[in-house]
Amino acid sequence: MDKIDRRLFLKIASLSILGVTAGSLLEVVNPKDFKDNSIEPLTKLKAKRWAMAIDLTAINEAIINNCINKCHVTHNVPNLRDKQHEVKWIWQEKYSAVFNEGDNDFNLTTLYKNKNIPVLCNQCDNPPCVRVCPTKATFSRDDGIVVMDMHRCIGCRFCMAACPYGSRSFNWTDPRPYIDKINEEYPTREKGVVEKCDFCMERLDRGELPICVEESKNTIIFGDIGNKNSEIYNILSRRTFLRRKEHLGTRPQIFYLI
Amino acid sequence: MFEKALVGNKKYFTLIAILLTIILISFFVYIYQLKNGLIITGMGRDVSWGLYISQFTYLVGVAAAALMVVLPCYLHNYKQFARITVLGEFMAVSAVIMCMLFIFIDLGRPDRVLNVLLHPTPNSVMFWDMVVLSVYLLLNIVTGWMVLQYERNEVKPPLWVRTLIYIAIPWAPLIHTVTAFLYAGLPGRGYWLTAIMAPRFLASAFCAGPALLILLAFIIKRTSKFDVGNDSIQMLAKIATYALIANVFFLFCELFTVLYSQIPEHLDHFKFLIIGLEGQFQYVPLTWVSIIFMLVAIILLIVPKYRKTKVLLITACFLTLVGTWIDKGLLLMVGGFVPNPFGEIIIYWPTFFESIITMGVWSFGVLILVILYKIAIAVRCEIEL
Repeated sequence: MDKIDRRLFLKIASLSILGVTAGSLLEVVNPKDFKDNSIEPLTKLKAKRWAMAIDLTAINEAIINNCINKCHVTHNVPNLRDKQHEVKWIWQEKYSAVFNEGDNDFNLTTLYKNKNIPVLCNQCDNPPCVRVCPTKATFSRDDGIVVMDMHRCIGCRFCMAACPYGSRSFNWTDPRPYIDKINEEYPTREKGVVEKCDFCMERLDRGELPICVEESKNTIIFGDIGNKNSEIYNILSRRTFLRRKEHLGTRPQIFYLI
Repeated sequence: MFEKALVGNKKYFTLIAILLTIILISFFVYIYQLKNGLIITGMGRDVSWGLYISQFTYLVGVAAAALMVVLPCYLHNYKQFARITVLGEFMAVSAVIMCMLFIFIDLGRPDRVLNVLLHPTPNSVMFWDMVVLSVYLLLNIVTGWMVLQYERNEVKPPLWVRTLIYIAIPWAPLIHTVTAFLYAGLPGRGYWLTAIMAPRFLASAFCAGPALLILLAFIIKRTSKFDVGNDSIQMLAKIATYALIANVFFLFCELFTVLYSQIPEHLDHFKFLIIGLEGQFQYVPLTWVSIIFMLVAIILLIVPKYRKTKVLLITACFLTLVGTWIDKGLLLMVGGFVPNPFGEIIIYWPTFFESIITMGVWSFGVLILVILYKIAIAVRCEIEL
């Protein structure tokens, strides 16, 4: 058959339209929308729930700077100097700014007040960013990692308004000219999409720990909090920790050991 | 009926030409934004929504306010408004189109906007906002246009048109409620995290919308043979009065809750706007202008003698529009995002380019409004003369 006549064309066209709409309709009624269980991580390192504990008693600025640097180089994070337009996956803030609820003049704040501590995406168990995303461009994996599909993101920045931690960065401009040396192993991004830390899921796939954990001289502990025999589970059951804005019900998976 | 838009006097075409020029200029600036990214705006990682999204929010209110002429006419049989429901509906059409444009120009990747339909996400309020706004746009285009056409042919609108009108009545508060839920459901933003967000949005919409309609009615009277009529204008003014009082009352409720409970996460945003925070007072004057404008407008509107004086009524409407615009069309974003999650103060002002693009979208809305009103008024004159 070398010619598509009008009747055949209409048949194909209407069937394809039906197919596309039916697919979308199915997605609408599907209750699994809240958590996409269909995404099976093809990872060498597996966990029920990944979590991270940062030991504030041991970590120092030199270590933090090294973690930031290695993370940003690995993930092609651009180096925009302008504070309002920079992209950050992990960075440092004053302890008193990170835990800024109320006025803790004494106790913890006096100990750590002027100390810089690392902050990154909290990989919430109940993430507001995932709840608000209109395209499922950001979603929770079964192992708890909140990831971004930067090919689907429309750049509406609803997730940035929803994140109570200021952990999300938007590419206000083309990031590529601001990457000192592009790491060919990892994709770069375009302008107009949101990005953030994803617990180095590409490294977990290869059986490696997140880069910041590797560079942290054992001051950052990473592991499966769903496994009672894991190191992180043990440490968290023994030691006192803080989580950022716990009262918001987001269930952050970054624990600050104090 | 569309042919009515193609004839007009010199003033009409001059206005259209001016609007088209602004639209064209802002279109080029938008191309510049597409090329360079949203870095050309004043937004940043902390104030990540700005003038575009706040205009969208304000205009959803204007769109919803069509209800204030449709409801008295169709539910209370207030026949005076039968002549002007179409003005309300066409105002809504123009406002919703502006809303959609503002969302569109705010996107980092506008080329992917259809992902919202391709991957519908019921747990996202933005998805629902898109649904309710699109439906509302259709409802208003169809009902406005059909009613006009049937009246022109001197027949009663058929049942299906009347059904759509009755659907549009609850749909109007719905669009603004969903828009408020965009903000009110975010856990980390103390300024927005309030159950009174949607009622406050509705109150400010229902005073701003009628105020705008009154101003438009005076313009229409000056430029055409169509007179909305004093009774209708006074009724609209009364509606605006009650809504404005409700708006200020809701603001007071909000203020009491935050000021008396003194929870810093909620209080700091209000402090920043009303008295300044950590030595930063940038928005304090604007906040007070907004509050004072609304209070003065209440006085002008509530006293019958003032309300019936044309110049004072116009002043009151103007104050209402500016007061609510500052509140919802600008400070809503600043108040919500500042202080940021680390307690830092970030100052946001729209840039020049951002303002040009914003003006372009407004001009596009005005263009649609002018054309639709031209048609509506020409047809109404034809019916009535």
